[in-house]
Amino acid sequence: MKFAVLAFPGSNCEMDLYNAIKDIIKEDVELVSYKHDSLAGFDAVLIPGGFSYGDYLRSGAIARFSPIIPALQDFAKSGKPVLGICNGFQILTEAGLLPGSLQKNVSAKFICKTEPLVVNNNHSMFSSEYKAGQLIDLPIAHGDGNYYCDQATLRDLVANDQIVFKYQNNPNGSVDNIAGITNKQGNVLGMMPHPERAVEAVLGSDDGKGVFQSIVNHIKSRGVIYE
Amino acid sequence: MNSVMDQTTEATPEQIRDNKLYQSMGLTDHEYGLIKDDVLHRLPNYTEVGLFSGMWSEHCSYKNSKPVLKKFFTKGKHVVKGPGEGAGIIDIGDNQGVVFKAESHNHPSAVEPFQGATTGVGGILRDIFSMGARPIASMDSLRFAEPKTDADKYFIQQIVAGISAYGNCIGIPTVGGDTAFDDAYAHNPLVNVMSVGLMDLDKIEVGAAAGVGNSIIYVGHKTGRDGINGASFASFQFDSEHESQRSAVQVGDPFEEKLVMEACLDVINNHSDALVGIQDMGAAGLVSSSAEMGSKAGGNGMELNLDLVPQREAGMSAFELMLSESQERMLLCVKAGHEDEVLKVFADHGVNAVVIGHVTEGHNYKLMHHGKLVADVPVDSLASQAPVYHRESEMPEHLKNVDTNQYQPKITNPTETLKEMLSQLTIASKESIYETYDTQVQTNTIVAPGSDAAVVRVRHYDKALAITTDVNGRYLYLNPREGGAMAVAEAARNIVASGAVPLGITDCLNFGNPEKPDQFYELDQAVMGMTEACEKFEAPVISGNVSLNNEYDNIPIYPTPMVGMVGLIKGLDHITTQDFKHADDVVYVVGKTEPGFNGSQIQKMQTGQISGKLFDFDLDYEVKIQKLVTAAIQQKLLNSAHDISEGGLITAIAESTFGNQLGVDLTADLTVADFFSESQSRFIVSVPQEKQAEFEQLVGNDAQKLGKVVDDNHLFVQANDGYFDLDVDKAFGIWKGALPCRLK
Repeated sequence: MKFAVLAFPGSNCEMDLYNAIKDIIKEDVELVSYKHDSLAGFDAVLIPGGFSYGDYLRSGAIARFSPIIPALQDFAKSGKPVLGICNGFQILTEAGLLPGSLQKNVSAKFICKTEPLVVNNNHSMFSSEYKAGQLIDLPIAHGDGNYYCDQATLRDLVANDQIVFKYQNNPNGSVDNIAGITNKQGNVLGMMPHPERAVEAVLGSDDGKGVFQSIVNHIKSRGVIYE
Repeated sequence: MNSVMDQTTEATPEQIRDNKLYQSMGLTDHEYGLIKDDVLHRLPNYTEVGLFSGMWSEHCSYKNSKPVLKKFFTKGKHVVKGPGEGAGIIDIGDNQGVVFKAESHNHPSAVEPFQGATTGVGGILRDIFSMGARPIASMDSLRFAEPKTDADKYFIQQIVAGISAYGNCIGIPTVGGDTAFDDAYAHNPLVNVMSVGLMDLDKIEVGAAAGVGNSIIYVGHKTGRDGINGASFASFQFDSEHESQRSAVQVGDPFEEKLVMEACLDVINNHSDALVGIQDMGAAGLVSSSAEMGSKAGGNGMELNLDLVPQREAGMSAFELMLSESQERMLLCVKAGHEDEVLKVFADHGVNAVVIGHVTEGHNYKLMHHGKLVADVPVDSLASQAPVYHRESEMPEHLKNVDTNQYQPKITNPTETLKEMLSQLTIASKESIYETYDTQVQTNTIVAPGSDAAVVRVRHYDKALAITTDVNGRYLYLNPREGGAMAVAEAARNIVASGAVPLGITDCLNFGNPEKPDQFYELDQAVMGMTEACEKFEAPVISGNVSLNNEYDNIPIYPTPMVGMVGLIKGLDHITTQDFKHADDVVYVVGKTEPGFNGSQIQKMQTGQISGKLFDFDLDYEVKIQKLVTAAIQQKLLNSAHDISEGGLITAIAESTFGNQLGVDLTADLTVADFFSESQSRFIVSVPQEKQAEFEQLVGNDAQKLGKVVDDNHLFVQANDGYFDLDVDKAFGIWKGALPCRLK
């Protein structure tokens, strides 16, 4: 199977994702420029963290108008896995692929630390490798990670089991301790923590491997069934 | 807008001479005379005076420090490039080089803390990638006054926020640094940034422009009226009745820098045949980058057409264009005929790039503006032929007739004194600062901030780099020479404690006014002390920066030569951290504890000042102890190692308990006061029981067994005349909470 890692001007975690997939998960992976307009041939799309367009105006707000975005929207519609991490999550909300938005942390400061997360839903295509309720340690590194949605949306998220990861000690003020959510169909996940920074014990944790391995298992168990 | 510096109102060469207008740009009568009589043999015009004022500033020419810098130990068999280029390079095997340099941004940060800090980070990163290296880590060495007012707190927070904003956005991990507080830095904070890069040694680039007909390409942000003539330290005001056009500081744009960096690395890695040279436009902007490039190439001249320079504002004069310090700009020299190839790379990355001139026959540096020749000077006169001053040196008053007795700490309740020590801002945890830095991006950070040195692996190899910054200005204030040696020694202890062997250093020499003999003495002596230590550790100086005139109301800062050291860890299993790992591990102090109180944190804490003769320091003994610890680590005898420095042995013990919340039960043949001594050449280490005999055989009498790590979360240390007795979580709470509490 083959992963695409999108790269926007100002992305800065694209190589981290690329290396995690290539060296640790050991699957095919390719960097795809924001200038492209097709995602044909890929089984899953990863949107990296960073500061696309400097996060000027609003995080993810400019990247959302890139040439690759219509292809991404079609890809998501087809039901294949799309994972946005950190700035990738922000781009997904700006592109209308996920509900809600990411606001400035309540501390008004950038926070970089490893946080314990609770796996709230282990039957998504991004979390099947974990046990329900499992505690995992993943690094966060963001200034705008405070997830917000209105009460009606939150009710939907809960009712549809869209909340995949929750913070144990909410570091940024997110509604309902939300760290990661999917769309209603369950094939688009946005999360603020960085699983690609936690794929090797030598770097402090390999708890993030499960996210990528879950995607691989999902694709491989289904065979070539898309389209 | 009416500009005092535009073409219509620019002063004539005669007015400049008669009214000594060059003085306000930072040139002395003597220097103006040199330009007029020895270099040009005519009156320089306004633009030319500006070029010389920037290029002959201390910041660009090192005119006051050059004779001192020549004393540095810069050799070593692994040195690929020493001082003189954008950054130095050391060979780390496998065709790889580590590139590093540090730069100060003290004065801009004092004026506008947020932007001063951002542009400090941006500037040093350009130095690294202009060598062809990808930056892999940054560090920050900060000195502030003790925060008292809301303004003090705001100031510190803004500097930290600036570093965070720039480093995080560009995606280079800020893996550590050091922060200390002393009122010696009131009104004159120090913001020193170090950056480390990694490169393939067959891709070295240098800042040189050679070959007649080759093109000079301007890259990056447009030029605006920001930071004009910042390098000359001049308060540039021709006429105070007019609105000054000098905006005080530059503004950083990390997004633009990220694009510029990726594009430049693309050109260096994939179009090296087209590239002749590349250089950052830093201090003194366009003139400094182009003149240095031209001068280094030797034998040719250069002509630039300023009308082609991308400009942010209308009506900028030649002077402004040449001396603007707008950020995120680079200058390239590209082979004739290859221009389009290189311009296309920049276009693909969304970066401005334009040919603005050429390498010419002859030796002159010529500038055209609006069709007129506005400057015509020998290129070497700007760069390599800047004047050099041998300043007078005289021992400062405060070093004469000093009390040779060591201060005696007054301790009635050792545990209370320890608690007070842990809450001193210089000692306390800096987590509230570094948790706002992205320490992990690039996913190579093995040891993040909080241990003695940060450790960043070299991906795909069984090796890593240890990085640290260090200096204690108080020691230098009491003895600049020994204090300079101690700064290098402590940096080396940090490197060694992490499992590495020192490779080399960079520095920021933060000192006072070199024209005052007593302040020049501090610089001169410190460099001698540093160089002695560098030789002993076989850690050459490969790059650095000088920041002079750090004084306020005629009172200089403490002499503060920041040492940034990089070490090589030859196998990932050598990586060692300061935290105690397991209960029942045996705790030792390696190295003799001597009375070391003058200049110490406890002297400052108890008396509010530092005084007396600095305690003794034996470099040979230091080297011996460090080699012992390195041997112990390489033989896998240690579970933890921590350098003993500010706050002494008891502080180092407490810090070692925090990471894993393990207690200790220790006894030492020392007084409680001795536990606060800052005598050098010591480590606190823990050894697994089964390695105890092997360790003791290795270290002999150079280490004393103190006791054991225990898992009851309790720190108990028995001294000859009392004991320390404190819960680890309580000690940890005090240590961790002190800084955020004081900055609230």
